Amino acid sequence: MSENWKLFLRNLAGFWRTFRRNKLGLAGGFLVLVAALAAIFAPALTIYAPSEIIRDENNRALTFAPPSVHEPLGTDDAGHDIWAQLIFGARISLTVGFLAGFIAMFVGSALGIAAGYFGGKIDTLIMRVTDVLLVIPDLPLMLVLVATIRQMELKISPLAVLIVVIGLLYWTSTARLIRSQTLTIKERQFVARARAIGAGNWHIIRKHILPQLMPLIVANTVLILSTAILIESGLAFLGLGDPTKPSWGTMLNFAFDRSAISNGAWWFYLPPGIAILWVSLGCILLGNVLEEMLNPRLAAHHLEDEKGMIAITSTESGT
Amino acid sequence: MNGKPLLSVRGLTTEFTTPEGKIARALDDVSFDVMPGQTIGLVGESGSGKTTTLMSLMRLLPAGGRITAGRVMFNDINLLSLSEREMRDYRWKSMAIVFQGAMNALNPVIKVGDQIHEAIMLHNLMDEDAAEKRVKDLLEMVGIARTRRDQYPHQYSGGMRQRAMIAMALACAPDLLFADEPTTALDVMIQAQVLELLKEIQKALGLAIVLVTHDLGVVAEVCDSVVVMYGGKVAEYGTADHIYNEAQHPYTQKLLAAFPDVSQPGDTLASIPGTPPRLTNLPPGCRFEPRCHLKIAKCSQIVPPLLEVSPKHYVSCILREGVEADFR
Repeated sequence: MSENWKLFLRNLAGFWRTFRRNKLGLAGGFLVLVAALAAIFAPALTIYAPSEIIRDENNRALTFAPPSVHEPLGTDDAGHDIWAQLIFGARISLTVGFLAGFIAMFVGSALGIAAGYFGGKIDTLIMRVTDVLLVIPDLPLMLVLVATIRQMELKISPLAVLIVVIGLLYWTSTARLIRSQTLTIKERQFVARARAIGAGNWHIIRKHILPQLMPLIVANTVLILSTAILIESGLAFLGLGDPTKPSWGTMLNFAFDRSAISNGAWWFYLPPGIAILWVSLGCILLGNVLEEMLNPRLAAHHLEDEKGMIAITSTESGT
Repeated sequence: MNGKPLLSVRGLTTEFTTPEGKIARALDDVSFDVMPGQTIGLVGESGSGKTTTLMSLMRLLPAGGRITAGRVMFNDINLLSLSEREMRDYRWKSMAIVFQGAMNALNPVIKVGDQIHEAIMLHNLMDEDAAEKRVKDLLEMVGIARTRRDQYPHQYSGGMRQRAMIAMALACAPDLLFADEPTTALDVMIQAQVLELLKEIQKALGLAIVLVTHDLGVVAEVCDSVVVMYGGKVAEYGTADHIYNEAQHPYTQKLLAAFPDVSQPGDTLASIPGTPPRLTNLPPGCRFEPRCHLKIAKCSQIVPPLLEVSPKHYVSCILREGVEADFR
């Protein structure tokens, strides 16, 4: 086990060496990391709670106040601090995005592997369902679904509904990608060999197919995250978020509803918009670079790896 | 060839459905016996059904392929009547295979030792520690240093990978080893090493080997008996002596003539004109008829039966005399 751990660390170090050289990837990683840190340490980064109403010396709510020293991004129509809302909103946006993204990735990978590996009727069934989901415009479908589920008053938090709906509708592209890759791996000879040594389907998928798919799954997950965050913002903007736990999309919704634009309160609608852009740009940059690095077929880093490989060989054969 | 065969194949027929829906008969009525501890060679051109035979015996046919007739008796058990789950138990424990181009049969992202380990543990033959020791013993047996257990396939040379595959094939101590062109894609020196290794292992462990090859030199070197295949049928089957010195089938004769003679370097290489038959569009009579230099009119009408021309020497050609082979 410690052997594997050491190998993992060595792989990680090698990965970092390659990653470090990629400027775009670094930029993407930086953007995502900053957003994640802001979300985690939100209480330490602001003096106000997001729902706290800021009052002036006459005890009147400070509405639509422009950015100042105490309220770096100004206040909204009710006197809430925008900066506090923004960083606490990051928690909601990122949580929904990540959870929905992971559900989508998990469902997509599982269905993609099943379709590619077993083929035949299973493949046809999964791929037709995928096709159907792909042709239905997803935003309207999600709107209808979220609104309907809310109507049923199931006592589920609105955020959970968002997470599940996004997660269960966004696996299609992952499933197709994973399926096609599974199809090529399945034909490799070591899979035939695994079958010849008496391995069953489960063993082959777990030991021989999944490890080869992992790079693709990781890169794809990061890309799916950005989509999930965008979709969540879109749905929240349209009023399907949880008003008690405002995400960036909900903030935009409030800004729009409470005529921030006609009031010229740019500090109300620009920050959440930029935050959404910030995170999705970060995810896309990071995802593309990860895909490039991890997918051997797109690899220009291949040569560097060869070098590393030779170095490893020579140190080991010396022992 | 006395005693009870370890593996006896009778009337094995395998068909493939092509994507266009046509039926290709890749194997037609193939019969032969493998005696314990014997090496039998399957020889023929590309597409003659050698690999398909092995895959049918292991029941590992690719999608679209199925066995439509025949019996494969392994120690009195018909492998074709087993369920897939029961068959899994036979794979590797009773019969192992070294694949064609075995270097690709290793998973590039798993350590070689772990892959051999995997084969042992899949059958729960022993506990982890014993398996670990066996992995290293096996590697040593095929001439790979124990310290290289933890290396990846790309750190091995081609010949080493082939030997590692042989080590893996021996992992569960099978009675029967299928070797599908184990020496293709290796240079001559390594080829000799690998063949030598197979011979040594056979001597040491007493296993039976079915060797698929199109290299008649290899066959002459290691095989006790030979099955010559053409277009999915057995053209000639007999001891190595029969095949090399008394070849009866025109195809076998031509095949032997096409083998370059080192002592006559000036000779032009002999070849057999024409191409092997398309399996979806087989000639109505003898499959070799279109290319045969001895053909007579009847050849295109009658499917020649497998004749026993002398004891244990079978030929499928209507120009030869003999009793019809009675495989049971």
